[in-house]
Amino acid sequence: MLRKLLIGTALASGLAFAAHAEDVKEVQMLHWWTSGGEAAALNVLKGDLAKEGYAWKDVPVAGGGGDAAMTALKAMVAAGNYPTASQMLGYTVLDYAAAGVMGDLTETAKKEGWDKSVPAALQKFSVYDGKWVAAPVNVHSVNWLWINKAVLDKIGGTEPKTFDDFVALLDKAKAAGVIPLALGGQNWQEATMFDSVVLSTGGPEFYKKAFNDLDDASLKSDTMKKSFDNLAKLVTYVDPNFSGRDWNLATAMVIKGDALVQVMGDWAKGEFNAAKKTPGTDFLCYRFPGTDGSVIYNSDMFGMFNVPDDRKAAQVALATATLSKSFQSAFNVVKGSVPARTDVPDTDFDACGKKGIADLKAANEGGTLFGSLAQGYGAPPAVANAYKDVVSKFVHGQIKTSDEAVTELVKAIDDAK
Amino acid sequence: MSAVTIPARQASGGVNVKVINRIVIYGLLALFALFYLMPLFVMLVTSFKTMDEIQNGNMLALPRAPTFDPWLKAWGETCVGLTCAGIKGYFWNSIKMVVPAVLISTMLGALNGYVLTKWRFRGATLVFGLMLFACFIPFQSVLLPMATILGSLGRFGVTLQNATGTSFGLGNPTVNLVFVHVVYGIGFTTLFFRNYYEAFPTELVKAAQVDGASFFQIFRRIMLPNSMPIFVVTVIYQFTNIWNDFLFASAYAGTGDAMPMTVALNNVVNTSTGVVEYNVNMAAAMIAALPTLLVYVLAGRYFVRGLMAGAVKG
Amino acid sequence: MSTVATSQIKLTPEHARPRASVRSRLQDALPKIVLAPSFAITIVFVYGFILWTIYLSFTNSKTFPSYVLTGSRAYQRLWGWTFDTDPPSSWYTSITNMGIFGFLYIAICLALGLFLAILLDQKIRGEGVLRPIYLYPMALSFIVTGVAWKWFLDPGLGLEQTLHQWGWTSFHFDWIKNKDFVIYTVVIAGVWQASGFIMAMFLAGLRGIDGEIMKAAQIDGATTFQLYRRIVIPLLRPIFLSAFIVLAHLAIKSYDLVVALTSGGPGGSAWLPSNFMYEYTFKRNEMAVGSASAVIMLMTIVAIIVPYLYSELREKPR
Repeated sequence: MLRKLLIGTALASGLAFAAHAEDVKEVQMLHWWTSGGEAAALNVLKGDLAKEGYAWKDVPVAGGGGDAAMTALKAMVAAGNYPTASQMLGYTVLDYAAAGVMGDLTETAKKEGWDKSVPAALQKFSVYDGKWVAAPVNVHSVNWLWINKAVLDKIGGTEPKTFDDFVALLDKAKAAGVIPLALGGQNWQEATMFDSVVLSTGGPEFYKKAFNDLDDASLKSDTMKKSFDNLAKLVTYVDPNFSGRDWNLATAMVIKGDALVQVMGDWAKGEFNAAKKTPGTDFLCYRFPGTDGSVIYNSDMFGMFNVPDDRKAAQVALATATLSKSFQSAFNVVKGSVPARTDVPDTDFDACGKKGIADLKAANEGGTLFGSLAQGYGAPPAVANAYKDVVSKFVHGQIKTSDEAVTELVKAIDDAK
Repeated sequence: MSAVTIPARQASGGVNVKVINRIVIYGLLALFALFYLMPLFVMLVTSFKTMDEIQNGNMLALPRAPTFDPWLKAWGETCVGLTCAGIKGYFWNSIKMVVPAVLISTMLGALNGYVLTKWRFRGATLVFGLMLFACFIPFQSVLLPMATILGSLGRFGVTLQNATGTSFGLGNPTVNLVFVHVVYGIGFTTLFFRNYYEAFPTELVKAAQVDGASFFQIFRRIMLPNSMPIFVVTVIYQFTNIWNDFLFASAYAGTGDAMPMTVALNNVVNTSTGVVEYNVNMAAAMIAALPTLLVYVLAGRYFVRGLMAGAVKG
Repeated sequence: MSTVATSQIKLTPEHARPRASVRSRLQDALPKIVLAPSFAITIVFVYGFILWTIYLSFTNSKTFPSYVLTGSRAYQRLWGWTFDTDPPSSWYTSITNMGIFGFLYIAICLALGLFLAILLDQKIRGEGVLRPIYLYPMALSFIVTGVAWKWFLDPGLGLEQTLHQWGWTSFHFDWIKNKDFVIYTVVIAGVWQASGFIMAMFLAGLRGIDGEIMKAAQIDGATTFQLYRRIVIPLLRPIFLSAFIVLAHLAIKSYDLVVALTSGGPGGSAWLPSNFMYEYTFKRNEMAVGSASAVIMLMTIVAIIVPYLYSELREKPR
C-alpha cells in the first residue's frame, strides 16, 4: 500500500520535473484583480495583447487589498524571478525603483506622449529619476458620497454643498428612522472618509500641506483638530454595529435603502452596478460636501521590471496596450474608475464616470489633484498606516478627544518618517 | 476493535447507572458536535442561496429557493485571476505537492522519533529540543531568505539543465514547495513520533536487538506496525497544514501552472474593490476542503488501538 | 513511564526471529546517520534564518533587507511602545492580547480536547461520524470560515438577530464589535478550529495506552475518575507536550484568524504579535521593526518553553 503510494508520488513529481523555458513572447503579470468584474476588466488587456501575438501568463495573488501580492512580489524579486510587470500602488513603485529592479520605458513614453496625457500628480509615482518605470491603469477617486435616491427623496433632502448641509441632511435621515451614514469600521475605511473630511474642513491647500507634504505645523493645527471634531460628528450618525464591517456590506445598506449615504471611493459603483441600479435614478454620486473641484485620488499602476532584453519587447507591448485610449476606456468603464490619461473620450461612461473624468481634468489643471493618504498616495506606507491607526483609534474610542488625536497623529507620523 | 473495557461499565453495578452514563456521554458528544457544526451550517445554507437572498435575508435562515448554481460556478466557472474555469483544475497541483511532502516529512519524523527514543545517544535530548524549537519560527521571517536560496538553486538547476539535460527538479515550483514543507514540517513530525514512542516499551527493542534484528528491521517490524494512531495524527496534521498553506504557496508557486488550491481559493474569495459573491466563496471553500476531509475520514479508520494493545489482550 | 516499559508484549515469531549480528560498527553509527539530515536542515533553515532575522533587527531595513548595521533603534521603538498604554500602542495591544489569547486558547483547547477524547474512547457508536465532525474545522481555510464566524457573531446579522426574531429580544452578544472583548471572539473561533485536532492527538494517545494497566487498576477498585486522574492522564504526559507545542505554535502564528474574523478589531484592538510582525515587515516596509518583534517573540517563547522542556525532557532514570 505504502509502496504503491510512493511510486505514485514519484511519478507525480516526475511530471512536475518537465521544466519549461521562458517564453519571450509572453508577459508574466502579477496582480490581485481576481474576482468577477476586475478580472473581466483585465481580460480586455489580455485580449489586446493576444492580438499582437503576446501570450499572457497570469500570476494572480489576491488578499488584503494587494498585501499578499506584494509579499509574493518581494519573494519573487528576492529569488531573482522578476515578473514582466506587477500591479503596484504608489510608493511601492518608487521603493522598487530605488532598489534598482525596475525597467526603463522612457523611450516608449516619449513615443506615446505619456508626459502630456498622464496627470503630473500620477507621474510622481510612475516616473523615477527621470525614467518611466510604471504604467498607470486608472485613477480612483475617494471623495465621493453614494446616496440612495429613494431615501433622499423620501426625507426631502437635496445635494449637500457644505459640511453643515451634510450634517443637516444626516439629521433629517435620523429623524426619518433611516441609518444616516453607512460606514464599515475598518481602519482603511475610516481613514478614507477622514481624507475627505480634512479636505472639506481645511480646503485644498491645507490637505496638501498636511497629508502630502506632512507639514508639522498643519498636522498640529487647530484645523486638524476641527477635522477630528467633524469626524467625531459624522461617527455619531452610524449604526451601532458598524465596527469591523466590510465596505461592500456598507454599500449594500445604501443599495437596500437601510442607510442614506456612504462615503467611499468610486469602486463602490461596481456594487450598485452589480445590483442593477442606475446612477441618477436609483443612486446619486456627489462629491463629499465642500470638496467640489478637488480630487483625492489613488491609482493602480503596472510596475515594469528590469527583465532580460529578449523579454523587453513583450513588456513594451504590455505598457503600450495599458495606456492605449481604447483599453483605458474599456477597462475603466467596467472598473468604476476613470482613465489615467486625460484625453480619453468619456462617451462610454455613465453619469458618475463622466463627472469623474471631468473632475479629474479640472483638478489636474487647477492643481487640486491630491494623493489619498489613507490609500497610500499621500505618504510612504509606514506613515500612511500610522495615520490609519490614529484615525481608527479615535473612531473606536481608544483616543478620546480631538486634542489627543492631534498629538497622537503628530507623534505617530514623526515616528514613522 | 479491541478496546480497553469501559471503566464506567465495570465500576458501576446497576443497569440504570450504566444507561444514564451512556445518555450523558452521548448527550455531551452531540452538544459539542452542534458547536462544531454551527459555522458549517452558516456556510452550507449560504452556499445554496442566491446573492439577492444573502443580501436581504438572515444569515442563519434556510434558503427559500435552494440553488446549486454557486457550487457549479465554484467548481467550473468562477474566476481565479483571468482564467475563469473554476477551482477544479487546481486539485492536482496541490495533490502532487502535498502527498510527497506529507510522506517524506512523516517518514523522517518516524525515523527521528525512533532514534531519539530507542537509540539514545549523548546529546539526543538537546538535539530534540533544538528541532522542537524550530516549530516556532515565524514563517514570515523565513520567506525572503528562503526565496533567495530557492532562487539560487533554481539558477543552479538551469546550469544543470544545460550541462546534463535535466535540472533534477531544482527551480521547479512544486519541488520547491515540497522542500519547504518538509523542512518546516519535520519539527512537528519528530515531536509527534518521539512523544508517542517515548511510551513504547524499550524492552521490546532491546529484546529484538539481542535477537539480532537490525536498526531498520526493528523499525519496520516492531515500531511501524504499532504506530498507526500516531501516523494518523501526523498525516492529518501535515496534510492539513500543507494543503492550507497560503504564504509559501503564493510566494513560491503563484504562477498558473503550479498554483496550489489554497492560492486559487484565495483568489476566488478575496477581492479588494470588486463584488463579493459569498455563496460561491462558501461553496469553493468547501470544495477545496474535500480532499482534507477525505483524509480525515479515511485516516480515521485506522484510529483504532494499535496492534500493541491487541497483542497484549490476546 | 516505567509502568509502560515493564509491560510484556508477545511478539509474533516473525518479529522475534533471531538474526546474526552483522556490521555492528555501522549499526552503532546508523541512528545518528539517520537523524543527521533532519538536524542539518533544521540548523540551516531554522537557526540560520533566526540569526539572519536577529541581524536584520539591528539594521535600518525598510522595504528590503539592508545589511548595514545601524544599532538598536528598532528595539528602542518597541520598548517605548511597550509602555504606551493610553492610547494603547499597536505593540502594547499585541502583546497583551497574546497573553489573554495564548493562555485561554491553549488551556481551553487542552481541556476540551482531552475531555472529548475521553468521551469518544468509551466505545461510542458512531465514533467514525463524530470524529470528522470535531476535526473538520481544521480542514477549511480560515479566510472563509472567518467570514462565517464573523456573520454568526455579528449582532446585526447572526446569532443575536436570529434570537431576537425568535422572540428573545433581551439577548445581547456584541463582543466582536467591542474593543475590550473582541479578543475573546478570536479565542472562540480559535478553539473551534483547533480543539478537534487536539482531541485526535489525545485519542491517539489513549489508544496507545496498554489496556492491562487499566484493567489492573479497575480490579484494584479504582473509580473511573481515579483511573483517569491517577493513571491515564499521567501516561498522556508526552501527548500533553506535543499538544502544548502545537497549540503554542498555532497561537503565536494566528495571523489569518484575526484578519479574517475581525480585520484587526475596532481600532486595531484584536492584533496579535503575528499581525504586528507581518504589518511592519511587509505592509509598513519597516522590516527592521518587524524583525525585532520576531526576535522578541522568539525570546519570549524561549523563556516559556525552555523550562517546560527541561522539566519534561531531562533524562529520567530508566
